[in-house]
Amino acid sequence: MKQLAILSGKGGTGKTTVATTLSTIIKNKIMADCDVEAPNLNIVLQGEIIEKQDFYGKETAVIDKDKCIECGLCERLCRFDAISNFEVNPYYCEGCGLCMYKCPVEAIKLVEEKTGHVVYAKTKSGEKVVYAELFPGADGSGKLVTEVRKKAKEVSDDNDEYLIIDGTPGIGCPVLASATGADLVLIVTEPTLSGFADMKRVLSAIESFKVPSVVCVNKWDLNKEVSQQIEKYCEENNIVVVGKIDFDETVVKALKNLQSLSSYPDSTAYQQIYKMWLRIKEILDEGVESK
Amino acid sequence: MRRVKISVLSGKGGTGKTTVSVNLAKTFNNSLYVDCDVEEPNGYLFLNPQIEDEKTVEVIIPEINSDKCTLCGECVKACRFGALTKLIKKILVFDHLCHSCGACFEMCPYDAIVEKYKPIGTIRKGKAQSVDFIDGKLNYGEATGVPILKEINKLIENVDKPVIVDSPPGTSCPVIHSIEGSDLCILVTEPTPYGLHDFDLAVQLVKQMGIPMAAVINKAGEGDNIIEEYCEKEGIKVLAKIPFKKEFAEAYSKGKLLIEVNEEVKGIFEKLTIDALELIKK
Ligand code: SF4
Ligand code: SF4
Ligand code: SF4
Ligand code: SF4
Repeated sequence: MKQLAILSGKGGTGKTTVATTLSTIIKNKIMADCDVEAPNLNIVLQGEIIEKQDFYGKETAVIDKDKCIECGLCERLCRFDAISNFEVNPYYCEGCGLCMYKCPVEAIKLVEEKTGHVVYAKTKSGEKVVYAELFPGADGSGKLVTEVRKKAKEVSDDNDEYLIIDGTPGIGCPVLASATGADLVLIVTEPTLSGFADMKRVLSAIESFKVPSVVCVNKWDLNKEVSQQIEKYCEENNIVVVGKIDFDETVVKALKNLQSLSSYPDSTAYQQIYKMWLRIKEILDEGVESK
Repeated sequence: MRRVKISVLSGKGGTGKTTVSVNLAKTFNNSLYVDCDVEEPNGYLFLNPQIEDEKTVEVIIPEINSDKCTLCGECVKACRFGALTKLIKKILVFDHLCHSCGACFEMCPYDAIVEKYKPIGTIRKGKAQSVDFIDGKLNYGEATGVPILKEINKLIENVDKPVIVDSPPGTSCPVIHSIEGSDLCILVTEPTPYGLHDFDLAVQLVKQMGIPMAAVINKAGEGDNIIEEYCEKEGIKVLAKIPFKKEFAEAYSKGKLLIEVNEEVKGIFEKLTIDALELIKK
């Protein structure tokens, strides 16, 4: 199974549009939505939930009021200011355990906290989608990404030729978890100064992973000058620009109507993404030499 | 004027959070814009501040003094983040997994661990004409920007002007640290089903934290009612709608402020500042 991870540096560049459209174009694949904070893939694919697993992503300290002698040691020691007045603020507690180790009367316990779900869904046409729901305010999204990918592997079978990973926005730990072990990374960027800056950041973030990357410029005609700069940058750094997608009002229309772009097969954007997939497929099937 | 802290957030990146923050900061005359999106601070691209001061943010990580270490393994047992591993001849520290909690320092029976400072990012201070400017930037590959956000929070504690915080995207831990202590949260959303989904997550978070909130609909136009219906149900006031225009996307792509290219938008933001302050007073 070949793995393609779609990243963007930042949300809003059209990554999900590209991912959902690819998902309708590519047959024999399984989709993993690793944007665990705001999973959107299944909203458009409308798969039916087959399985929902609890995810325990974090430990939190809890003080037993009956045992606590209010010595104040834990409050002094906690480096995350998570304890005040002999109570733990669960938002701030990192679950490091220091307070538990040091409490003289063993009044502190760490309890596992449920911070989300891993969901496996299937669409009407039998396509498999795995995604996660991270509870608002919860952390540990890197671990959850790993769980999503694990689940995707688990429910895949020999017919699944590709694993398409809709990655996490940003450049932090969950992004790295989305890209690790992928065969190819597709970075979706847009021709804005911030889009360009974000693209460079994500490229350097994943550099050490030795995963080859290709780039797609979404809405490239919005600012042809920046588009050219992006292309020039890619050329200088030996990164293939596999596609340029027009600014197409159909995309907005599809988004609003909760449709995939494939409902508009004649639209320019759809055609361009289709062609882009042919190039990506070739690169994936050939195997790429990483830099 | 006393300090008011207005945090701008969105369930997800790309909904126009930075657009709203920078334009809002600029519309308030004499304000402080704070970019807490430390993974990808972009506000400076629009405000072009003159940077006057830059400082490094450091965290504490352990360093093992091999002369004292007996390889007893207590530190490895104590670390709940897998940042320490015992090899045959030494204890190995994985910096990027370390949360700087201090448990290993405290638990080592032989005082063999020393604190070492490691830079994880920078905070810049500057001025963009009438707007004071602060942003934080996390170095590549660092796990969390929270220590930077904590430093920033200290810097803005006693500012006597409106503070506009451009929060990180998403709804996880860094967002909590950046919006904490706000007088108002402005949630930016787009009128699409995804937009609503992400918006809902952000609303839940802000509710949990008990901060007053209001909404701004970006790329408004057809389909606004899905957001408006939701807001009505949740009792959230829609403070402004920014229309969807290709011209705006172009201005954004060039790093221009919307209030500088369009009179209508300028009016929208002027009203937004007044309405936001009004909400806070209540
Ligand atoms: S260290 Fe233990 S006894 Fe002391 S205040 Fe904390 S919980 Fe209570
Ligand atoms: S577990 Fe760690 S972070 Fe949580 S309260 Fe105890 S010392 Fe603080
Ligand atoms: S606890 Fe101290 S002495 Fe024991 S292995 Fe760790 S550093 Fe060495
Ligand atoms: S400071 Fe905490 S997280 Fe870092 S190595 Fe020590 S115990 Fe582990």
